[in-house]
Amino acid sequence: MTDVYRLISQTQAEYARTIDNDKLEAWPDFFMDACTYRITSAQSHADGLEGGVVFCASKGMLTDRISALREANIFERHSYRHILGAPCILSENGDRVESETAFIVARIMRTGETAVFATGKYLDTYRVGGGKALIENRLVVCDSNRVDTLLVIPL
Amino acid sequence: MAQDNSMDGLAAAEIGPWPAGGLTRVPYWVFQREDVYAAEQQRIFQGPNWSYLCLDAEVPNPGDFRATSIGDTPVIVVRDGTGKINAFENRCSHRGALICLEEHGKGQRDFQCVYHGWSYDLAGKLTGIAFKNGVKGQGGMPKAFKLDDHHPRQVRLEALHGLVFGTLSDATPPLTDYIGPEIVPRVARVLAGKRPVVLNRVTQVLPNNWKLYIENVKDSYHASILHLFFTTFQLNQLSYKGGIVVSEAGGSHISYNQLDTKAAINKDYAAQQLRSDSKYKLADPSLLAGFHEWDDGITLQILSVFPTFVLQQIQNSIAVRRVVPRKPDETDLNWTIIGFDSDTPEQRMVRLKQANLIGPAGFISMEDGCVGGFVQRGVKSVPDANAVLEMGGHEAVSSESRVSEASIRGFWKQYRSTMGL
Repeated sequence: MTDVYRLISQTQAEYARTIDNDKLEAWPDFFMDACTYRITSAQSHADGLEGGVVFCASKGMLTDRISALREANIFERHSYRHILGAPCILSENGDRVESETAFIVARIMRTGETAVFATGKYLDTYRVGGGKALIENRLVVCDSNRVDTLLVIPL
Repeated sequence: MAQDNSMDGLAAAEIGPWPAGGLTRVPYWVFQREDVYAAEQQRIFQGPNWSYLCLDAEVPNPGDFRATSIGDTPVIVVRDGTGKINAFENRCSHRGALICLEEHGKGQRDFQCVYHGWSYDLAGKLTGIAFKNGVKGQGGMPKAFKLDDHHPRQVRLEALHGLVFGTLSDATPPLTDYIGPEIVPRVARVLAGKRPVVLNRVTQVLPNNWKLYIENVKDSYHASILHLFFTTFQLNQLSYKGGIVVSEAGGSHISYNQLDTKAAINKDYAAQQLRSDSKYKLADPSLLAGFHEWDDGITLQILSVFPTFVLQQIQNSIAVRRVVPRKPDETDLNWTIIGFDSDTPEQRMVRLKQANLIGPAGFISMEDGCVGGFVQRGVKSVPDANAVLEMGGHEAVSSESRVSEASIRGFWKQYRSTMGL
């Protein structure tokens, strides 16, 4: 338990640090090749809706999110600051670990305006082994179903 | 209660004058002023126009309801015990509180205002008043008070292929006449005979006036310039024909892309599709793996109905967008992304993946979330300067060229006639 807890805590801290430091090309590496990553809202989640604001069904789709952000999409420059809660380990079955972690993400616009952009929770399935934890499934459940302006940098 | 449709105290002369230049000039004050916003609420949203409320499929059973709005007016849409959909203003007849505080729900038998317990049936009739007869013979409502004189304002409803529209005015023409014979069949080609399944709902908060978003929806000129996703990843090499269709009144439109079958058999084409000089490729091109859904070759159809409804088909991605003004410089864009109950699991997965193209994080729509704000901020100090809308001429007519601002001019045509500007 302690090892898994430490591993997942460290992985999540690295995940947040990677995004907030704009090392986005490394973001897909936190995931397994066969993975899912979906951003939804608490309301849509409660309603049982299958879709996502972002819906990635493979690691390649994560990579495409980043290359589109770098090369194609137009938006005003901004960055995030993730503040993560302590992970709550929900279950451990062999190498499969389920966890839930709260987050707050502030968005810092190029103009300096800083505001809370999203709060919510990560509902995760990790695969642990060899001293590493990789995300198999990450469901990002935002508390609000309102997204200010646009969402381009991953949560 | 009859709705007064006459022009209110906000005379057009106080808001205008509109600049010269016909439909090709739009003054920036129209995106900025509180009095314009207020007049729009009266003349457009409470006036003789249809506002999209929700999908019929979102209230499938008796007692199912959704809270929605017509402009600033909160509205409850509910299916009653007979299966009929009703809508009424979400405002207690007593002291004006919201009657319903949930976004949606099911199994509702009646609605009761939390403030003083006035209750309403599923047709929106006032049926009960707490302590109506007082307590122990003291207090209570006067004997002459009649519940029937105090029902909430009813919303007139019409549905088209599962889209429920409402209006607060008795003067609004029938829905299909209002939408127009050019546009109605294009709603049908997407939705007729199908049962929608909601895949996701999200609200994108736009930092701009609602009309800047509507202009963007109708702007077939910007698509290949602002939205670089397809070109960057060399995804749009097929030659398309297409065009824009503008309704008679101007405010409703379609813009579409259609596979050019003659060009598609041109041998150059395969070669173009295989071009490898772009260094950018999708790591997982299954994002765009579609399925055959329409025989007409139309791969993109953006359809709008004045003032604030959008129906979108981008490949197999279908969504309705409900645009709700909040403030002169803030707008809610409500996305309802749908599939159909006839979808196979594979088709459903296609729709879920293609939904990455749209919404607040959409590869080809996220820019629309910020570009209106760029205008709002850009024009802040120059309310009397004008936007220039001359691309494709000066008229608001249909054309085969999408390098045109005709649909935008059409919007302003209907806007100005509705506003008396």
